[in-house]
Amino acid sequence: MSETKKFLYVNRKAPYGTIYALEALEVVLIGAAFEQDVSLAFLDDGVYQITKGQDTKDLGMKNFSPTYKALGDYDVNKIYVEQESLDARGLTLDDLLPLTWEDEDDDWAEKDSIKVISATEMAKIMEQSDVVFSF
Amino acid sequence: MSQLHTVNKSPLERNALESAITHAVKGNALLMIEDGVYGAMQGTHKSAMVSDAMSDIAFYVMGPDLKARGIDEARIIDGIKIVDYSGFVALVAEYDVTQSWL
Amino acid sequence: MKFSVMISEGPYTHQASDTAYNFTKAALEDGHECFRIFFYHDGVNNGTRLASPPQDDRNIVNRWSALAKEHKLDLVLCVAAAQRRGIADADEAKRNGKNADNIAPGFRISGLGQLIEAGIQSDRLITFGD
Repeated sequence: MSETKKFLYVNRKAPYGTIYALEALEVVLIGAAFEQDVSLAFLDDGVYQITKGQDTKDLGMKNFSPTYKALGDYDVNKIYVEQESLDARGLTLDDLLPLTWEDEDDDWAEKDSIKVISATEMAKIMEQSDVVFSF
Repeated sequence: MSQLHTVNKSPLERNALESAITHAVKGNALLMIEDGVYGAMQGTHKSAMVSDAMSDIAFYVMGPDLKARGIDEARIIDGIKIVDYSGFVALVAEYDVTQSWL
Repeated sequence: MKFSVMISEGPYTHQASDTAYNFTKAALEDGHECFRIFFYHDGVNNGTRLASPPQDDRNIVNRWSALAKEHKLDLVLCVAAAQRRGIADADEAKRNGKNADNIAPGFRISGLGQLIEAGIQSDRLITFGD
């Protein structure tokens, strides 16, 4: 593959009630091997995917939320979360999983992957993408 | 990149249309398909949201989906253009990126 | 122009597969190229040859198979999604110790990389789902 495209994965659905969140994450993990310019967007109920404290034991379902923490190791470190979506749900950044990555160009300094942005900024991120995957 | 947004949900059931309109920028287009076509009707609680966004966004609606649901074209909000599947294809080709608001 | 399509819902419950079919047919009739149709999530259920809808209803699976034959379409079912939902070709059935396969003609099973590749190689990727 010679060209690099800007891939945006848009997550707007909550986890567990439907499978979209889990299978979207599987696409992101496979896609990471293709060395494209990858960003993730979490908005609307999608912000619930990356909240802390998920425990699915009593459901008999797999808790896949720890997998989001591995995204940094796959060089997926542009994770955009929409402020308005957090506000509407009474959530703040503190309610979200601490997603980080290590910057090899900066002596492997640990940096935050999550950027909380406004809906207007989210619209710009979407508009700058070459391919949008919707789940 | 210019964007085409597709919405396939009734705006009275889900927020896909509202979210698409919020994230569309000037010069984008929005196509209502499947149950999304209810968003094109006049006189609903969501009609004003569509009319207000028309200065920045070009709105289209799928004719075959309107017809299937018995929605008369006379009840469509003024300014929304009706397309068929070939028109849908042309819109996808015209705009650089298509984003589906599922 | 080169299109690819992702279908995220199975047949009949959602309109997604019907819309995707009508869209793809129109695109081909208008002279566009279809690089790949990728079936994900419950979309893999579009690829079972065991579906037997009533005579007076459309046969969504056969319709895809026929379109694929006519236009040499690449219909790909995601392997991980297909395994979860019991859609298998002969190789997959054998690998997973099952005594039957059910994949419909014109479909093949492959990995998620095929979806990513479709995103890279196509001028447009459009998703039909719920």
